[in-house]
Amino acid sequence: MVTSADIWQWLEEVSDPEIPVLTVVDLGVIRSVETDGKTAHIVITPTYSGCPAMKMIEEQIIEKLNEKGIDECTVELTLAPAWTTDWITEAGKNKLREYGIAPPENEPDKTVLFAKPTVVPCPKCGSANTRMISLFGSTACKAHYQCNECLEPYDYFKCLR
Amino acid sequence: MNQAQVEFVLRVADDSLILGHRLSEWCGHGPILEEDIAMTNIALDLIGQATTLLNHAAALQGKGKTGDDLAFLRFDREYRNLLLVEQPNGDFGMTMMRQFLFDAYRALLFERLQTSSDEMISAIAEKSLKETKYHLKHSSEWVIRLGDGTEESHDRVQESLNTLWRYTDELFYADAVEEEMLKSGVCPDLSDLRAQWEQTVHHVLNEATLTLPTNNWKQEGGRKGMHSEHLGYILAEMQYMQRAYPNMEW
Repeated sequence: MVTSADIWQWLEEVSDPEIPVLTVVDLGVIRSVETDGKTAHIVITPTYSGCPAMKMIEEQIIEKLNEKGIDECTVELTLAPAWTTDWITEAGKNKLREYGIAPPENEPDKTVLFAKPTVVPCPKCGSANTRMISLFGSTACKAHYQCNECLEPYDYFKCLR
Repeated sequence: MNQAQVEFVLRVADDSLILGHRLSEWCGHGPILEEDIAMTNIALDLIGQATTLLNHAAALQGKGKTGDDLAFLRFDREYRNLLLVEQPNGDFGMTMMRQFLFDAYRALLFERLQTSSDEMISAIAEKSLKETKYHLKHSSEWVIRLGDGTEESHDRVQESLNTLWRYTDELFYADAVEEEMLKSGVCPDLSDLRAQWEQTVHHVLNEATLTLPTNNWKQEGGRKGMHSEHLGYILAEMQYMQRAYPNMEW
């Protein structure tokens, strides 16, 4: 009989549509999994209010579970507790780095204006001599950085708390 | 249906919707690529907030409508957004000033709404606050950079402040709706919101070497559906597809 542990494992095969190197489990958006062996109920939470990937994530989860023989699968979206980058797994952070995206760092309080930008090591050469280009990057969850040593331009998965 | 609660949610929702639309007008027109991306990212957060808030308002109404119906099929007098957020983008400095005056208010509002007795509102507030803090940091830093920048940037952003100042009183508009929400615990006490907002605003404007306008003539009406001439044009563009092709889906 299918258990929730099986489903958690299958969900490891569903990747984030915008950052395909991360699975939805790595990202920490799966909040709960319930199953009676035949049907499944999955609760997910969005990373950002307007994240356009949520609908696709929902569809991919249903598709994956159908493929595994669970015909009745419902996906519910919850907002609370609000997602934080602290929920990205350690494995996920490593995958991000290998993919060329700097994982979230501990950031100072956002109320401090012109605070010295957090040191975000270059995912390519590891240098800490990097600079922020823009607070906003290619998606809502990323900022744009550049390495001063190897000149690599890269995305930084910004800290959300 | 609790009419006051629907009204209250629409006030918060429409601020997000209209400002989100305004910012999206910058798409492809930003002064530099990074800021084009920043403004559209912020627009995305705001439209996301509007989606959940309008869905909630539609559910509270219980008339079988959806959030999309409320976004695309109301008439101008039924929108409850602040006059501030519907003001034209102007130059980049004007857009950042409008954003800053709004963000400073919005962060405080969401902070309070986290304790709302309406669980949906408190969940949306908790989520949106994280995003809004980031928006506020971005807009504050730009106001300072432009205000304390060149003579040209200083003069232009000062002019923007002078133009927009008349719409800031409305941020603290409260009537029977807020009173009722306070009683039911949906909206916590906001009476000291203005003092806190002024503190942030004075601090940033001071850093930006900008002068607080002395003109105390204030304008309001958005919360009651009485808008400036600009809203109609926004809605004409925003609603065109649904009006021309009812029920069409993307």
